[in-house]
Amino acid sequence: MKLSEIMITKALVPEVQATKRDDVIKELVAAMVDAGAISQDETAAVIKAIIAREKQATTGIGKGIALPHAKLASIKKPIATIGLVADGVDFSSLDTQPVFGVILLLSNPDTPDEHLQAMETIFKNVQREMFRKFLFQAKDVDSIVELLRESDDMN
Amino acid sequence: MPLLEQDVEVVNKFGLHARPAMTLVQQAGQFASKIEIIKDDLTVDAKSIMSVMRLAATKGTVLSLRAEGADASDAIGALVELIASGFGELDQA
Repeated sequence: MKLSEIMITKALVPEVQATKRDDVIKELVAAMVDAGAISQDETAAVIKAIIAREKQATTGIGKGIALPHAKLASIKKPIATIGLVADGVDFSSLDTQPVFGVILLLSNPDTPDEHLQAMETIFKNVQREMFRKFLFQAKDVDSIVELLRESDDMN
Repeated sequence: MPLLEQDVEVVNKFGLHARPAMTLVQQAGQFASKIEIIKDDLTVDAKSIMSVMRLAATKGTVLSLRAEGADASDAIGALVELIASGFGELDQA
């Protein structure tokens, strides 16, 4: 699976305005709605599912990255977006450090294999220091899209 | 230093997704031994979440656990038990 297959380019948020974890999640879900990736009616359910998951265990995996996610029946195939938080946001991460790159992933509960593939694609990239460095430096949608394309070509 | 290896099947419906992967990494981190997980030709460090998530281990996947160190036996025992028990998610299967 490639990043370009799961990323909703129109929902990328290079400058997240929110400063709290739940608000960052809400802002990214709103971006998904604005991009037409999920319907307006689903907004509340999606936000609730992601925050409920986050409360079970943090998805802040360290090195400035968090991967909030949820599985919802209304989501047909894995879709994701990225929000960049310049000043960092607290996700109670494993390494206790703030998060600068929030990658939000939604998938269908009946296709757990696709969810794992999407996660693998994301982890394959975020574990690379260069990917994180370029991601955190990205100032606009175009530079994120460029990074995603180059990363896909490498793999 | 003892070097042990044991296979274990992923049995829970959702596979080794983020939450169980984190549980596994946390448990692995409690042992001094070097612990690796092998799936086909991919070998990852069981103490790194970034690394473990690369496995994308779905239900039915057989993983090989390899531990090297003084507490290798305890480490393998604990991690095999964790994976074989479906990370406490078997009620969802």
